[in-house]
Order: sequence, then C-alpha cells, then structure tokens
Amino acid sequence: MDLALTNEEHAFREEVRQFLRRAVPPAMRCKLVKGAQLPKDELVAWWRLLNKKGWCVGQWPKEYGGAGWTPVQHYIFKEELQMYPAPVPLAFGVGMVGPVIYTFGNEAQKKHYLPRIANMDDWWCQGFSEPGSGSDLASLKTKAERKGDRYVINGQKTWTTFAQYADMIFCLCRTDPTVKKQAGISFILVDLKSRGITVRPIQTIDGGYEVNEVFFDDVEVPVENLVGEENKGWHYAKFLLGHERTGIARVGVSKERVRRIREVASKFESGGQPLIDDPAFREKLTSCEIELKALELTQLRIIAHESKHGNGMPNPASSVLKIKGSEIQQTTTELLLEVIGPFAAPYDKNVESSIEATDWIAQIAPSYFNNRKVSIYGGSNEIQLNIISKVVLGL
Amino acid sequence: MDFEFSEEQRLLKESLNGLFAETYNFEQRKKYMKEKGGWSKLVWQKLAEQGLLGLPFAESDGGVGAGAVETMIVMEALGRALVLEPYLPTVVICGGFLRHGGSVAQKAAHVPSIIDGSRTFAFAQLERSSRYDLYDIATSAKKRGNGWVIDGEKLLVINGQNADTLVVTARSKGAQRDKTGVGVFLVPTNANGIGKKTYLTQDGLQAADITFTGVEVSADAAIGDSENGVLLIERVIDEARAALCAEAVGAMDESLKITVEYLKTRTQFGVLIGSFQSLQHRAAEMFVALEQARSMSMFATMATNFVDAASRAQAVAAAKVQIGRSGKVIGQQSIQLHGGIGMTMEARIGHYFKRLTMIESTLGDIGYHIQRVNEIGALV
Repeated sequence: MDLALTNEEHAFREEVRQFLRRAVPPAMRCKLVKGAQLPKDELVAWWRLLNKKGWCVGQWPKEYGGAGWTPVQHYIFKEELQMYPAPVPLAFGVGMVGPVIYTFGNEAQKKHYLPRIANMDDWWCQGFSEPGSGSDLASLKTKAERKGDRYVINGQKTWTTFAQYADMIFCLCRTDPTVKKQAGISFILVDLKSRGITVRPIQTIDGGYEVNEVFFDDVEVPVENLVGEENKGWHYAKFLLGHERTGIARVGVSKERVRRIREVASKFESGGQPLIDDPAFREKLTSCEIELKALELTQLRIIAHESKHGNGMPNPASSVLKIKGSEIQQTTTELLLEVIGPFAAPYDKNVESSIEATDWIAQIAPSYFNNRKVSIYGGSNEIQLNIISKVVLGL
Repeated sequence: MDFEFSEEQRLLKESLNGLFAETYNFEQRKKYMKEKGGWSKLVWQKLAEQGLLGLPFAESDGGVGAGAVETMIVMEALGRALVLEPYLPTVVICGGFLRHGGSVAQKAAHVPSIIDGSRTFAFAQLERSSRYDLYDIATSAKKRGNGWVIDGEKLLVINGQNADTLVVTARSKGAQRDKTGVGVFLVPTNANGIGKKTYLTQDGLQAADITFTGVEVSADAAIGDSENGVLLIERVIDEARAALCAEAVGAMDESLKITVEYLKTRTQFGVLIGSFQSLQHRAAEMFVALEQARSMSMFATMATNFVDAASRAQAVAAAKVQIGRSGKVIGQQSIQLHGGIGMTMEARIGHYFKRLTMIESTLGDIGYHIQRVNEIGALV
C-alpha cells in the first residue's frame, strides 16, 4: 500500500500545470471561476488546442489517436483542469461515444468518427432519456424501422445537453418491440442536420439553457450508422454508462469550489468578522472537506485498482463515487450560497446593482439551483443505491 | 499509488481470520469476558505464538519489523471479531511509546515480554477534567533523589486490572493545561501507593480507575524527555487513533455483513424484508459509509509515516471524523434494520454497535477532531 505517485506521474502533473498556465486564455478562466457558461466557439477553440497537444483524447489507446494514458494519468489530467479551472474535454464525445465506437464499431466508423471527436469537428450529444423513460431507461419508445438501406426514426428524446451546439447525436432506439425491453434496443448515430429533427430548448430553474428536447419525425439514417449489432444497444449503453464512472465524482471541481468558498468567506463579514472565522461556518466547511477527502481516497482506490487490473466492466463500488460526488457538489454550492447570504437574491445580471462585483455574485444562486441536477442525472442517486443493493449486497 | 496488500499482508489477513474463526465466536467471547480482567490468556498466547504481538517491533528488538499497514490489518481483524484482548494498549500504545521513545535499556527490559505474551500493558491517560486534551494533566511526577514520585488519578484505564505495567502521562513541570511539562512514565502495577477500582465498560471491556499516592519509581521510568513529551505523545496517539479507525472498519464491515444476512433471512408480509426498497437503500447507504470509512482508515494508516507531523495529525483527525460519522450510520442502521432483535443482548449485532459507539469517544470524538483539522488549515 502506497499513496505516493511515481516520479513519472509527478512529472506529468507538472507538465499539465505548466501547459495550463501557458495555454488557458485568462478571460476563459475568469468566466469559469465566476461560474459563467462559455460560448461554443470558445470551448471548441480550447479543445482543439488540447488536441494539438495530443491531450483531448489522451486516455484512448494509441491506435485510435490517444496517448495511451494510464487511469492515474487520466485522473491527474482531469483534476488539474478542474482545479485550474479549464474546461475538460466534452464527455459525450471523448468519454462516451468514442469508446463505444472504438470498442464495438466497425473500421469505417472508427476511421471517420474518432479523429473528428478528438478535434471537436463533431460536437456530440446523447440521445438516451425520453419523456417517459428516465430512471427506467430501457422502457424507451423512440423507434427505428429498417427500410432498405436506411432506418426511419420516430420519437422524442429529452434532457439532451447542448443539443443546440451539437452536430451529431448517439441514440438508443427500439428496433424490436416484440422482445424483452432490453433486448430490442439499438445504438444508432444520427446527424442532427437530418431532415425531420427539431431541437427545442428547455429552460432550467437556474435560468440557463443547457438541455433540450429533440424530436424525430420520419428521420432517415443510413444503416451504416448502426454501431455493432442490431438489438445489442443496451449492452453498449451499459458499457458507456460505466466507462467514465470515476469521472462523475468531479473531485477537482469540488476542490476548486472549496477554495472559492474560503476566498469569498474571508471577504464577507458577519457580526464584524469575516465569515471564515465564524466557528459554526468553519465546522460546516471542514466537515465538507473531510467528506471530500474521503471521496478522493475512494476514487484513488478505484483508479489504482483499474490501473492494476485493467478497465473491465465497471466496479460497482463506483456508485459510491456518484452518490458522494453529487452530494458534495451540492453541499459546496450550498455553502457558497450561504456565504453571500441575502446578496444572492438579485436575478437580472444585466442591471447594475449597488452590490459589488455583481456579475459573479449573480451566478451563485443559479449554480446552486443548477447543481440539484447532479443527484438526478447519470443514474439518479436512488438508482445508484439500487445498484449497490443488488450488485454488491445481493439483496 | 497502490491500495492493495502484498502477498505477505494477504497471508497475515488470512491467518488472522482463521485464528478468530476458531477462537472467537460469540459464545467463546462471552466466556472470555468472565475471565479475570475480562479477556482470555489462552487467546493472548495464541497471538504471541503467531508472532502478532511482536509485529511492529524492530527485528533488533526481537520483533517482526512490520509497518503500519500490518497493524491496520490486525486491528481490522480484531474489530471484525470484537476481540477483547488488550492489543491496542499493550502493542500499539505502550509498545509505541517504547518503540519511538524508549532507551535501549527500556526496550530490553519490556519489549521481549510483550512479544512473548508474558506481560501486558495499560495506558493511563484520561483524567477527570481532561476529556480529549492529552495535556490537561493534574497527575504529577516529581523528582525525588534519583527517581520520581507520582501522585494523581487516572480514569478508564483499559486493561487496568490485568496489566503488569502502566504507561502513565504525568506532569513534571508547568500548569495543568500547559502543553509542555508532560512526561511519560513506566509504572509497575504492583508498586506501593497504587489503588485500583475495576469495572466493566459498555462494550464489554474492563477498565480501571487508578489512584497514585506517592508512587515511587526509578529514574529510568521516564520514556523520552520527561519534561516535554509532546512530539512522542502526538506520534504514538496518532498511531493509536489510526489503529482505532481500522478496528472500527472491521466492526463496521462485519455489522453490514450481519445485517445484510438478516435482511436475507427474515420474512414479513410473506416476503424477505430485504426485498423492500426502503430497507435496501438503508443497507446501500451503510455500504457507502463503510467505503468512505475504509478509504480514510487507509489514509490514516499511510499518514502515520508522513514526515510532517502536522499533515499526519490532520490526516488522522480527518479519518477519525469520518470513522465517527460512518460508525454512527452503520451502528444505528444495523439496529434499525434488525428491528426488535437488534435491541437484545443476545444478538451479536448490538455488541458491534456498542463497540463503535465507544470508539467514537476514545482519543477524540467527531467535534474534537473537526476542530483539529480546522486548526491545521485547509485539508483539500
């Protein structure tokens, strides 16, 4: 048992840090610190810069354009980006559809899509959830009917993150309605510019637009866009959902936010002293830090295990990462909200208020509202408890 | 970065499990509790025969020269079996004082008898007003001639009845709450002027309240610096806290196992109660608490080797907080999920809950350690 990173891993961390200091545009970093959403062109430009460095898909095998990073390197890379902060590569392409394509796709698909994912030539979004299929994902109804050399897709997807920016969507569609629900699903890649697709934005409680509804009305897709075998889509989806489970804890994001809380709490006063010196507040923050430290260690245990034994099927203990990771993200946004107290109230960020530094303060309540999603998406925390209970405890 | 055991460590774990499977079922444990001092000499001899009592001592002192991870493995196994024998006070704490602070002569005089199981030790630290402050000490050690005279009172000394030797913290200088001026002294339990009152504790151990009235000990009774033992005390007590964390993880692990087993056997409304989602989720939450505790126990174990004392202290304190929190979740939910059976003295599960509860208030509780983490600075 040994906590220490190897010399090579230390050197890699240093290399990532130096690169970030050199390459991240200060204006972009500033916006992220304040919790603002970045425009598409800024994100794509940054990810292309990462790709030029060979780091956008560093964790992919070398034969598919990756750097062949170990799980520990991948962890270091993401943590450094989250803490700096700088945007991590878009998960839908790099962490989800990419690995599905290089694991289950055919040669033509690998050759076409993988370099485009790495360079953000295609912005991918995820077509899994439907209005009637949330936690019970396998009940999905969007159907793809084979007609000659095409599939004709009809139905509706929802909660589609950044569909407004996306070029491509990977969809789970029902291709056989006569069998057990998991056995009749296929994994199909769809060009969002196809005729018959309508994207409608959903405004979330924070006031932002991240998610959308995507409607499919007789959308024709060439059969070569099927990944793997027809009706095996559920298997690929499970692979995908388990693939980046260790990323879902977002330890680096919470670490960065804890620092932010300390910084802001030393500026805001309560009873004539900085809030950070208030024992009750300190106790809450320290409690949260301890939880976060434990989460980090749990994450390192899972990553070290993966490094040693390979990344086979996902470790069910990683449900712990989802549950604790989301709870801590929510606690930290809640603490930040508590720090600024009544000044969280103004909603219209375009109107000058006498409250100092209005723009970043205006993001704090929205960030708190927005982060309620993290215990809902990616398999709600209750679903994670089901997984633990079934797979780990055998109940 | 590696969180796995070496081959030798795995073998150690297996042999411990084997030993306790044979010697430590619930009925056997009840018998041991009735023996003098509340534990089994026979089991203690078996621990000695397997080399477990000599594990952390240097090979040059006759020990195995094993490290913190091995101690963690032993403590987890002790927690899993709810072992009553005084491994923590004898090997971890008093052995720790000898290892880190003892002179060659002190080690030669005491370590072999720990390793061969012939003598046990107890740690006399807690006082009426000290609570978790290791330096709030009224017990005095005054120089007289070549030796020391000890006066005062120590409470809740685990293994106080059977111990051959006490390791006592006492003030040689300064005021009651000064951090400096505290020394660590070896005191034979048969010395003149020692009074003992022994009693059972909530978790089935035996403790003693011990009074020292003009107890004379020789000059070589002091371990390390008799006027400033802070560094030594901090180090040994952090190791003891890490060991307690490991013991708690063993107890939590077994509690969850027992509880899940119960959910799979008890039927109500014509079905196994483990089929109810509200109960499944409680059990799954216990698993989450266990894994977080396990991570922090490993962290504390590895932290005992940190060169920087503040980082070590902070890591151990953070671990003790996590163990306290997880221990409550697992202990309380274990009882709840067992229903009425969990409330009975006859069921095993309640005894785990009681041990976990007592560990929480040993060497600093959640509130105390949160403050320690806080004082040292940012943790993440």
